[in-house]
Amino acid sequence: MKNNQGMSIIVKTVTRVSVWLMVLYAWYIILHGHLTPGGGFGGGVIFAIAMLNVLLAYGSEFTEKWLKIRLLHDIEAASILLFLIVGILGISVLGGFLTNFILKGKLYELISAGTIPIFNILIGIKVAMSLFLAVLILAKTNIENGGEV
Amino acid sequence: MMPTEIWLIFIISICIVGSIVALELKDILSSIIAVGVVGLGIAVSFLILQAPDLAVVQFVFEIFAVIILVRAFLKKDYHKEEPSTINKVLVGVTLITLGAIFYLSLSVFKLLPPFGQPLFETAQYYVQNGATDTGAANLVSAIILDYRAYDTLGEVTVLFAAILGTLTILRIKKSKNSQEVTNEK
Repeated sequence: MKNNQGMSIIVKTVTRVSVWLMVLYAWYIILHGHLTPGGGFGGGVIFAIAMLNVLLAYGSEFTEKWLKIRLLHDIEAASILLFLIVGILGISVLGGFLTNFILKGKLYELISAGTIPIFNILIGIKVAMSLFLAVLILAKTNIENGGEV
Repeated sequence: MMPTEIWLIFIISICIVGSIVALELKDILSSIIAVGVVGLGIAVSFLILQAPDLAVVQFVFEIFAVIILVRAFLKKDYHKEEPSTINKVLVGVTLITLGAIFYLSLSVFKLLPPFGQPLFETAQYYVQNGATDTGAANLVSAIILDYRAYDTLGEVTVLFAAILGTLTILRIKKSKNSQEVTNEK
């Protein structure tokens, strides 16, 4: 992007408020994945769009200071590792990979359904970080200058 | 039952028109918006078919894709006017082939199961025992994260590999550039 400083001050001010509402909505979708439509994938993309909003409004320079690529990649790798660990815990507790080994609880309650909410949260973080990283890297790369970063 | 099908036909015809428009327009921004119309139409058709989970994901992904496309293509000069070459024989052959395929597949539509009555016994088992087996009220979540958790693991792994590849390729280019800079100094 030619202009690294981002958009006008109006867009920046609105973004400062709206990003947190989008993040809240994303977490609502992720945490209620076992009760209402949505879940890890949908909520994760909403989370990524919230961060993309910051990137578009403030420019890539500011965003990289705030959301470091290294940190995002580490979070992403950690979430898939935790997914595997929870899956392997299923082997040791109930004897099957990715088994639902936690007590199921009552139907329609927020804390219920055993491992499903945990998987939803991990997938949500994973999808959000992956999609945002893809956009951030593509935004940094200048294709016209032969892939110069 | 009929209104659902009428709405579906309406939305799918809008999608077909949108995709043809996206192909034929010369202006890149207009054709990106036409692609977005196709995706949103598919999201609405998922809603009408009572698949809100898919609709949420499709809707949000479509917004994401349109943002990326606009960001990637807007500033570049992709407005090249190319003389359209329509081969009339090829168009005729294509139309005849499509018509023949449609005519031959008409009898298959009679064999389709009625709307809302799945063919497989597994689907019926999921509908009847899903809530008690997994404790999740949302049956889609129960299937993708409990019955079919392997598939979800594979999906997440594919995403991970894609991002890993992107990071690796771009980091190699970055280090080459920095080496050139240090050599020049």
